[in-house]
Order: sequence, then structure tokens, then C-alpha cells
Amino acid sequence: MKGPGSFAAAIFLSLLAAAVPARAQTPLPEGIQIGLSTDNVSITAGFSGADLTIFGSLENPDPLVARQGRYDVIVVLEGPPKPVVVRRKDRVLGVWINLESETFENVPVSYSVATTRPLQDITEPNSYKQLSLGASNLYMQPADAGESPATIEEFTAALRERKAAAGLYSENVGGVQFLSQNLFRATVRLAPNVPVGTHKARAFLFKSGLFIKESSAQLEIRKSGFEQSIFRVAHDYSFLYGVFAISLAMVTGWLGRLVFRKD
Amino acid sequence: MGIYLPIAEISVNVFVLLAMGAAVGFLSGMFGVGGGFLITPLLIFYNIPPAIAVATGANQVIASSFSGALSHMKRGTLDFKLGGVLLAGGIVGSTGGIFVFGFLRRLGQLDLFISLLYVVLLGTVGGLMLVESVNALRATRSGAAPVLKKSGQHNWIHRLPLKMRFRASKLFVSVIPVLGLGAGIGFLSSIMGVGGGFIMVPALIYLLKVPTNVVIGTSLFQIIFTSAYTTLVHATTNQTVDVMLAFLLMAGGVAGAQYGAKAGQRLRGEQLRALLALLVLAVAIRLAIDLFVTPPNLYSLSGAGLN
Repeated sequence: MKGPGSFAAAIFLSLLAAAVPARAQTPLPEGIQIGLSTDNVSITAGFSGADLTIFGSLENPDPLVARQGRYDVIVVLEGPPKPVVVRRKDRVLGVWINLESETFENVPVSYSVATTRPLQDITEPNSYKQLSLGASNLYMQPADAGESPATIEEFTAALRERKAAAGLYSENVGGVQFLSQNLFRATVRLAPNVPVGTHKARAFLFKSGLFIKESSAQLEIRKSGFEQSIFRVAHDYSFLYGVFAISLAMVTGWLGRLVFRKD
Repeated sequence: MGIYLPIAEISVNVFVLLAMGAAVGFLSGMFGVGGGFLITPLLIFYNIPPAIAVATGANQVIASSFSGALSHMKRGTLDFKLGGVLLAGGIVGSTGGIFVFGFLRRLGQLDLFISLLYVVLLGTVGGLMLVESVNALRATRSGAAPVLKKSGQHNWIHRLPLKMRFRASKLFVSVIPVLGLGAGIGFLSSIMGVGGGFIMVPALIYLLKVPTNVVIGTSLFQIIFTSAYTTLVHATTNQTVDVMLAFLLMAGGVAGAQYGAKAGQRLRGEQLRALLALLVLAVAIRLAIDLFVTPPNLYSLSGAGLN
């Protein structure tokens, strides 16, 4: 059930760069563009995770640098921010109980990264921190700022670890490939439990370890027609939904007796 | 074959759920219990969030108990009046349970409370039933006739005021313990996602001395309504009922239940009770181990506010 489907129809590229002729005297500044052919992805009943492909291009790349492979691209697909409570179990009278907890504001529900090379080979840890780039550099804002830094650090680490274990924070080294000098393709993983909502795709361009430019696009991930209808009805018409659930159970029980009766 | 659950928001295997429903349905048909006390822990082991497992478990119980109650109604082994009084208590208990449920969920102690309740209740009920049925088995082996109910025998319950006559059950008893029992089971139903049959059946037999043949039908009858009410309240206050999940469990469950009922007819009463007791104890022990063994992950995440 884990077979990654691929969103073949997902994305297309914007080839702005190719249209601009390179000028001899002052090289134009490099840039990066990503384009999504669709601004929404639907989760259907058979959804069990997928690979999302994003195409993009470099603007005005220096052919020499490109040939030496000194351009690096990091693509991030970031889920909608939500508050999260992290709880820690401790032993009380031999029983494991949720005791301490820490609430964080605006934690991205998911965070998938695709890179050309391992993160540590692309640039310095400090510039990742400045860009707040990479799951380990995301700033998690505690709701209660009065907590001791050690506690906050411990719970932040646990939060990242749990998110990674759930497949929501992932890293795909080599997931960005250059198809030509200025055209690249990034593959980011959508976990089977990918949250619905507005996701933000961001691409970062590095040249010889220096951050050059960033570009972003938005992607709506939502449940497909039937699943979405059930979810909406459950929230908007919850009483009727409950009545429906009960009737469904009764009809199933009655039919089951008719079909399978043994007495 | 994977299927995406719209409320639980995860992808699960259809066949695992159908098989789970069928296995539990078989046991519930065999023992005359709703099977909620098995399905809810199983769903939690299968990584369904506990809040959804509880509400959906209650929904699934409606199907199996409705199906069972229909057969009992046909055979005339259903005391509507007794069921009605139990139900009145049940509604009050469920309402209280839903509030406690929401409160514990906000506190982050819901999982612990559910597990503790399961361990204590299943352990007690399972243990008592095992002792009783093993004694009965020994008695039959040594040749003595099994004495389960003597109509002349009275305990403190029969001295309470506000007496009421229940003809189908051949019972003349105070409504206070009946209402109390209903309320207690309604409370458990909304917190644990169970119909409460595994408590109701022994309580009616041993405490109220209701004839065993009427007990199962009546208990199933009141469970339909208690779990329907629980489902409705969970659906409106917590939005945690997943119909897709419930339907898969029911489909497997109703099929299994009919086969289970047939298998159950081949066994004697005390053998059935001993087996049910072992099953109940096994679930209790499994859950107790989880409480005491160091968990692989000390940390857990949950959404603030809503989930």
C-alpha cells in the first residue's frame, strides 16, 4: 500500500531565462523560477502517498559555473502552519503518564526538502539558520516564552523527531536534478498522511555556497470530491451526519442479518 | 488495497479493517456482546487516533447489536420495559461521559484514562467471570446441577424502594439499581466507545438476577440506543465519527456475527462464559503491559485546541 504514485500531471516550467539573450558587458543577476501547472492536488480514496514533481529554471546562469556544477538548488514544500502540543510521558507509580507539555505556535504541519546535494555540502550551517531553511533550522515559536531554554530545546528536538518519524518532515538528497544548464526538476515526497491546506513551494538558489535568490509558488492540497464531502458534512451538518452514521449502522446490521443469517 | 479515511485523515488497508470487523463480529455473535471493547483497542493498536477510535467504535457497535437484537426480538427474549429503564439511565450517563471525554482530551490525558478504564474494568469483569465459570464447570463435571439463579434468593439490591415489575424478566425490583446500572454503562460507552455489554451482561445476571436467556437480548436492545446516542453526541461535539471506517468494520462485523452466533450454540453456557472471560482478560493484560512498559516514544504530538 506504500507504492508512491506520481503526479504526472502536476507541474510545468517557466522558461523565462531562455528568452533573455546573454549580454557580454555586465552579466545579468541570476534568478530562479518555479512554476506549477496546477494549483491544487486532490487526495482520493486510494491515496497512499505520492511524489510531487516541480520543474523550474535558472535565469541568466553563468555557463562556466553551471558546467562546474557549482549551482545548487534546494526546493521545500511547506505545509500550512498550525499550533502543536508536544507531550512527554513520565513514570508515575510505575505507570507512564503524559506529564509535561509544551505548545508551539505556527509549526508547519509538513516540511519536505529536496536538494541537489547533501545539505552540509551546499552551504554553511549559518546561512541555513538565517534562511530558516531545513527541518533542523525551522524556528519553532513556543507559546509560553517563560520556559527554560533547555526545556524548549528538548521539546523542539522531540517535535522535529516525531514529525520526521511520521514521514511529515522529510529530506530527499539528490531530489533536485539539473536537466540542462538552466532547467531543473525537483521531486518532493507527499506522505500518506499529508495534511490538507495551502502548501508553499519554495526554491532556493545557491552559487558556490552563496545564497542568490528564492522563488515561491502555492499549492492547494485537498481531499477529492467524495472524501471532502464527507469531511465537510461531518463538520457543517454534524447532527445530520450523526443521524446518517446511526442509520447506516442499523441498515448494515439489518442487511447483514438478512444476507448471512444462520439461525 | 489502501483507502483514505476522510475523518481520521490517514490511509489504511481495507482488508485489515474487514478482517478486524469479521473477527470481532464472530466473537460478539458467539458471546452476545457488542464487541466494542475489542474493536476500540484494536483500532488504537492500528494507529487510528484514540478519539476517532472511540467514536467510530460506538458507531460500529450499533450495527452488531441491532443485528443481534433483531434475532432476540423474534425469539421473544427481549424485555422492552427493563431495556427502557436501563436506557433512561444510559442517556444521562452518556451525556456526562461526553463532557468528561472532551475535558480529558484537552488535558492530554484521554489515552491514559481510556487505557486505565479498560484495564480496571476488563480485568475485574474478566477475573470474576473466569472464577465463576470455572467453578460452574467443576460443578458440572462432578455431577451437581449448575445453580446460577434461585428466584427466592435476595440481596441488598432487592431491599431498595421504588419497586417496579418487569414481566418478561420475571423480576420485581427497585428502579434505582436499574437506572444506576444504565447510567454507569452510558458513561463508559461514551468514554470507551463500547456498548457496555461485557459489564451489562454479568451485572444483570449476578446483581439483578435476570434470567440468562433474557439478558443478552435486553442488553443488546439498550446498547443500540446508548451507542446511537453516543455516536450522535460525538459527531456533533467532537466530529470524530468516521463513517468510512465504521462502515468497513460493520460490513465485516455483521457477517462474522451470524457465524459466531451459530458457533456459540454448540457450546454450553459456562464454557462460553469461561472463554469470554479469557478473552476479556487477554485484552486487559495487553493494555496493562502498555501502561507499565517503557514506551518506545516518550514524546507525542497533538494539535492544540481541536485535536
